[in-house]
Amino acid sequence: MTYLNIDHVGITFDTDHGPLNVLDGVALKVDKGEFVSLIGHSGCGKSTVLNIVAGLLQASSGGVLLENREVNEPGPDRAVVFQNHSLLPWLSVYDNVRLAVDTVFKGSKSRQERHDWTLHNLELVHMSHALQRRPDEISGGMKQRVGIARALAMEPKVLLMDEPFGALDSLTRTHMQDSLMEIQARLNNTVIMITHDVDEAVLLSDRIVMMTNGPSATVGEVLHIDLPRPRDRLRLADNPRYNHYRAAVLKFLHERHAQPDVPVQPRSKPALKLAAG
Amino acid sequence: MTIALFNPRTTFHSPALDRLQACLQSAQFPRRVVGMVRHLLIPFIAIALFLGVWGAAAKNIQTSLGELPGPGAVWQQAVSLYGEHQAERAKADQFYARQAERNAQKLAEDPDAEVRVRPYTGKPTFIDQIGTSLLTVATGFIIASLIAIPVGIVCGMSATLYTALNPLIQVFKPVSPLAWLPLVTMVVSALYVSEDPLFAKSFVTSAITVTLCCLWPTIINTTVGVSSVSKDLLNVSRVLRLGWFTKTVKIVLPSAIPLMFTGMRLSLGIGWMVLIAAEMLAQNPGLGKFVWDEFQNGSSNSLARIMVAVFAIGLVGFALDRGMLLLQRRVSWDKAAVLR
Repeated sequence: MTYLNIDHVGITFDTDHGPLNVLDGVALKVDKGEFVSLIGHSGCGKSTVLNIVAGLLQASSGGVLLENREVNEPGPDRAVVFQNHSLLPWLSVYDNVRLAVDTVFKGSKSRQERHDWTLHNLELVHMSHALQRRPDEISGGMKQRVGIARALAMEPKVLLMDEPFGALDSLTRTHMQDSLMEIQARLNNTVIMITHDVDEAVLLSDRIVMMTNGPSATVGEVLHIDLPRPRDRLRLADNPRYNHYRAAVLKFLHERHAQPDVPVQPRSKPALKLAAG
Repeated sequence: MTIALFNPRTTFHSPALDRLQACLQSAQFPRRVVGMVRHLLIPFIAIALFLGVWGAAAKNIQTSLGELPGPGAVWQQAVSLYGEHQAERAKADQFYARQAERNAQKLAEDPDAEVRVRPYTGKPTFIDQIGTSLLTVATGFIIASLIAIPVGIVCGMSATLYTALNPLIQVFKPVSPLAWLPLVTMVVSALYVSEDPLFAKSFVTSAITVTLCCLWPTIINTTVGVSSVSKDLLNVSRVLRLGWFTKTVKIVLPSAIPLMFTGMRLSLGIGWMVLIAAEMLAQNPGLGKFVWDEFQNGSSNSLARIMVAVFAIGLVGFALDRGMLLLQRRVSWDKAAVLR
């Protein structure tokens, strides 16, 4: 049975140049415990899909069903890891996670249990050593770890990650990917992750959803990644199947749906359409 | 090249300073000494130069009250003002001692005697006047902050209210204290009638005038701070489904605190400037009245005494600003903000 159903979602924004149809008929079914990556060029509307699932944006047509119930407002059952971490800068690492824990488990966990649960989640992302640090005192990768801990601590049904490692340097990014795989192996969450990074998508995902260029972006192709877990980036480097998947995604992005060299603006719509078609 | 034009370090060439700089940068001085020289010696040289220029210029300016006082004359008056303060304090102490003695005597003769304690009614000294000014500005500033911060928060959260209040704020903001003062004086005279007033009318008038002028920067900055909370943080609060109150307390207010403090610092600075003018006209016994009285007095010392007041006003204003800065550093989470 489908766990999360993104049912032909479309969204149109009103702009100064008239209505702009960003997404058109995006359809995707996600099973429980599945790790799905959304990949596509900048501005194609990946984040918009994620924000609709999160409930931060309302779809103009179609809808999102989670366990057969329609989703139309944000909630902790669909926790978001934001690209820029979005930690509250005036709270310590511990307090940032604790705020989420306190809000979500107000009635269901005792004080001590909430404290332990906060520590447990920070342990999971290896941040126990910096509980009392403020976000501006820790590195970008550490902030993102705390962001992930905060999202995990909400015990979400679906974990939504909006380019979680996009702002990190490549070395930190590989560390974070390994951490995320380790956590995923333990918790087996349902995850939708947005990424630009082909290697990241192939390494982490069960399925890669490739999106066409906007406006009126939609799901172009879906690629099942049939690689055994746990996955090891070094061993996979020589794996023919891994390289085949990589090539498939690269071909989609750079051959069939190459990003045109024009700015994404409603005025240049015809040019975009031509390239996308 | 154009950049160099705007950079004072590169344009200001003096062989002596260059040599000093070079000497400092050579490795024979430990870092700490270099830092001390830079932070103490250079300002010291600048102040010495200023005093020299002032002294030379003052000799050539003849006013109806005599020569414009130089640094020496001003220093002399500062010492003499402090001396007067000490003398006045001694007199007050003697007065209270005599009074206590008299009362004790009275009580010894007749335990039921009515004993009255009268306050000493000497002329306020310069130091007392600084105290009065500080009290007045603090009162005005605290009232203003108590009004401005809630108003700013509400304006920042409700676009409708902001649209409603913004024209009023923009119109009242540039009004000079001198324009408010007559109105405030009349209103205070009409409304603040009591047999035994807790505060003098002149004090209330001055404090309210300060309030009226210090409201605006705090309101405006608080509004901006509250309304410009990062959208990402608001999304966090939506995902967590925080209630209105929790959202305000946990997310909106903390993120507005740095700008709130900026507003309060501006307000306090304005309040202190306004106060001097207000005291001159309202005759509140503070520094403004001191300046005015000396000006009316017109003795040969007056100009030097006014200059002492000018420096006192400047130093107190500087101290107030530093005080707010320290408070901001303690309270605000935004340690990275450049605090100057």
